[in-house]
Amino acid sequence: MSEVLLTFKNFGFQYNAQAEPTLYDINLEVHRGEKILIAGPSGCGKSTLASCINGLIPFSYRGEMTGSVQLKGRETRDLSLFEISRTVGTVLQDSDGQFIGLTVAEDIAFALENDCLPTDPMHERVRRAAELVGIGTHMKHAPGDLSGGQKQRAALAGLMVNDVELLLFDEPLANLDPATGKQAIEFIDDICRQSGAAAVIIEHRLEDVLHRSVDRIILMGDGRILADMKPDELLASDLLARSGIREPLYLTALKYAGVQITPEKRPSGIRDIILSDQDKEKVRSWMASQDPVSGKKGGRDLLSAQDISFSYSNGRQALRNVSVQIREGELLAIVGTNGAGKSTFSKVVCGFETPQEGRIQFADVEDWMGLSIKERADHVGYVMQNPNQMISQTMIFDEVALGLRTRGVPEDEIRSRVEDSLKVCGLWPFRSWPVSALSFGQKKRVTIASVLVLRPKMIILDEPTAGQDYRHYTEIMEFLRELSSRGFTIVMITHDMHLMLEYADRSVVFSEGQVIADDTSAGVLTNPDLVKRANLKETSLYDLAQLCGIGQARDFAQYFIDYEREVVRK
Amino acid sequence: MNSVFCYIDRPSPIHDLTGATKLTCLLLWSFAAMMTYDTRFLAFLPVFSFLLFAFSKIRLKDVSFMIGFTMVFMILNNLLIFLFSPQHGVSLYGTCHELFSLGGRYVVTLEQLFYHLNLVLKYLSTIPIVLLFICTTNPSEFAASLNRIGVKYTVAYSVSLALRYIPDIQREYHEISQAQQARGIEMSKKETLFKRLKSASAILIPLILSSMDRIETISNAMQLRGFGKNKKRTWYMGRPFRTADILSIIVCALLLATAVFLNIRNGSRFWNPFS
Repeated sequence: MSEVLLTFKNFGFQYNAQAEPTLYDINLEVHRGEKILIAGPSGCGKSTLASCINGLIPFSYRGEMTGSVQLKGRETRDLSLFEISRTVGTVLQDSDGQFIGLTVAEDIAFALENDCLPTDPMHERVRRAAELVGIGTHMKHAPGDLSGGQKQRAALAGLMVNDVELLLFDEPLANLDPATGKQAIEFIDDICRQSGAAAVIIEHRLEDVLHRSVDRIILMGDGRILADMKPDELLASDLLARSGIREPLYLTALKYAGVQITPEKRPSGIRDIILSDQDKEKVRSWMASQDPVSGKKGGRDLLSAQDISFSYSNGRQALRNVSVQIREGELLAIVGTNGAGKSTFSKVVCGFETPQEGRIQFADVEDWMGLSIKERADHVGYVMQNPNQMISQTMIFDEVALGLRTRGVPEDEIRSRVEDSLKVCGLWPFRSWPVSALSFGQKKRVTIASVLVLRPKMIILDEPTAGQDYRHYTEIMEFLRELSSRGFTIVMITHDMHLMLEYADRSVVFSEGQVIADDTSAGVLTNPDLVKRANLKETSLYDLAQLCGIGQARDFAQYFIDYEREVVRK
Repeated sequence: MNSVFCYIDRPSPIHDLTGATKLTCLLLWSFAAMMTYDTRFLAFLPVFSFLLFAFSKIRLKDVSFMIGFTMVFMILNNLLIFLFSPQHGVSLYGTCHELFSLGGRYVVTLEQLFYHLNLVLKYLSTIPIVLLFICTTNPSEFAASLNRIGVKYTVAYSVSLALRYIPDIQREYHEISQAQQARGIEMSKKETLFKRLKSASAILIPLILSSMDRIETISNAMQLRGFGKNKKRTWYMGRPFRTADILSIIVCALLLATAVFLNIRNGSRFWNPFS
């Protein structure tokens, strides 16, 4: 085994502001050139562990450390944050927020500027780092103008410029569309191989990270390390399911079919997995035993958009002849890359933007296009991605009541409507709490409650599950499904393929301002051509179907979803 | 983008000067213009600055909005002075040449008109040069130039970061306000001022909170990349001084010297043609 870079020994940490330690008994070694995935549900301490690796703990966040953390044989507490940053490079979760320079070149140069490197060698090193990550042609661009994938490359160049030996990625996939996420994983792998740097990736989207192999997976829960294993061993165990991490879909499907998963079958990648003929037969016969259940859901058209075209004032055309039908009571996903027009479409529906052409008919509302934002909000609720951007009141009750108060509804009616809404959203026990005491997922519910209280027929949610781990994700989505079964129409704008596959009855795919598909989610995700055009990623169920010689991948995926919904969840 | 810094990238000799030179020149020039009321000098400055404008290839329409804005302000400024102090010129210059009366104490005098002329000239001597600085200084160079003239680099960097985030924050404000309007927060003129102020808090509170998050992220990112490690730092966009830079600074220093000299020779800040 190669040289040890980082060692945790009986390490624990407690934030000054907290009553309980966040980390207990951490024992962990990272070797030079190794690639490690740290997975665990929200609140398990994985971000705190990351801060202990890059030195933000103890230098930026105060608290009590026990045990030892050594970087190249020296205790990190005896180093400085700056010394640590020469060895450990961190790519933060929010890649937009971490850009400092006004242009890509300046951002890459930032660390060198702080090292007082003279201008000429600085330009040379910046150029080399930019070429290494393949961003050399974008040096003069503002970081904000780059695509998601390019942003990660630029961020990485800013670290590679210092020849760091350990790269730390905090949820690198959180803000990327599926295809870009896949490229990012490939790219991280390539850079580490080329530079010989070790990589520690913190991410709960296990299947996506495993697109390229990792050496070990560290599974965390409640501030402890639950497992430190080779991927094949971990996936063959039942540890993932027990700790609330989503296992890869193809493995779930294999388990439904009664296939035994063992480390020898190399279950960590769909391309490496070894299935016997017997196993494949099991999958085929499972499929044969399923009955088609799905039919088109939903009743009459609730919203009908006809030939909508919209250009922003800077001339960029965001929508071109878009026609979409949304049926009453359905759960619809709107998918596509950044800039494909999906958010613009929802803004046009809510009246935030006025299209140059086309019209929208909503139920039997007369002259929808003539209504103001406020008037439309009585019919269509809009929930932003980040609940912190919507919440303005201190108390939960007041926050939910805000929309009614501004409409001049009498106070006793407000009380009963807010209470109803809080009950629907499972917030009744918290009704007299301040908003600040809630978790992120609960705040999301508050924003949904504050929209529901206006009794809209339809709710549009922008990335409802962004940044949520599997447990919270399931919670939010089950809640939305319940709303849908109560007759609300739910429209989700999303990048999340699992969400789309598992929950949406139907998916509308946007690309470059046009609707390029309108189909069941299983249909969209098993259509290689469509997947490519919309920057999505094929579901691994598609690969599994191919592997087992099943021709109708689409039906296979659909049966899988139906089986999950009908059999497993009940 | 309607950012504060509307840098226009159009190669010219003025663009080629380093940011530090331009900032120094701007300061020297503004001091010179502020210091004296010598009309001959003040009449020269606008002519000189218009020449520089032509030199810099910045077109009038690029800066028309800002010019319009300052013109309105200039007119307002002049009107208010006349309204509150119609005999200010008389007390300054010590003589009184009455032209005509507008009733009451509002008697128009030659001295007052002359004073207003000087005010207008002052606007015309400073505004174009400020616009010129803004349009020809790459924002990336701004922090570096502040640092060069002696401002601590941590301070210089915060200023330039703040400017950089203005467009982001504008966009976020817009998004939040749309979502809040959907909940019935009325921001239009239909509401009373008090209600609108109350509504504004529904937008500002989330905006402030999310800006705080942004600050935490960026300050972590900066620390993790060694910001604040040394007393000094170098700049990627830093450029060495060339002959043109030194010449420009000398010219502007001479302008300031002239202003000082004129003040001494005139015996006061005012050049008095009436005595």
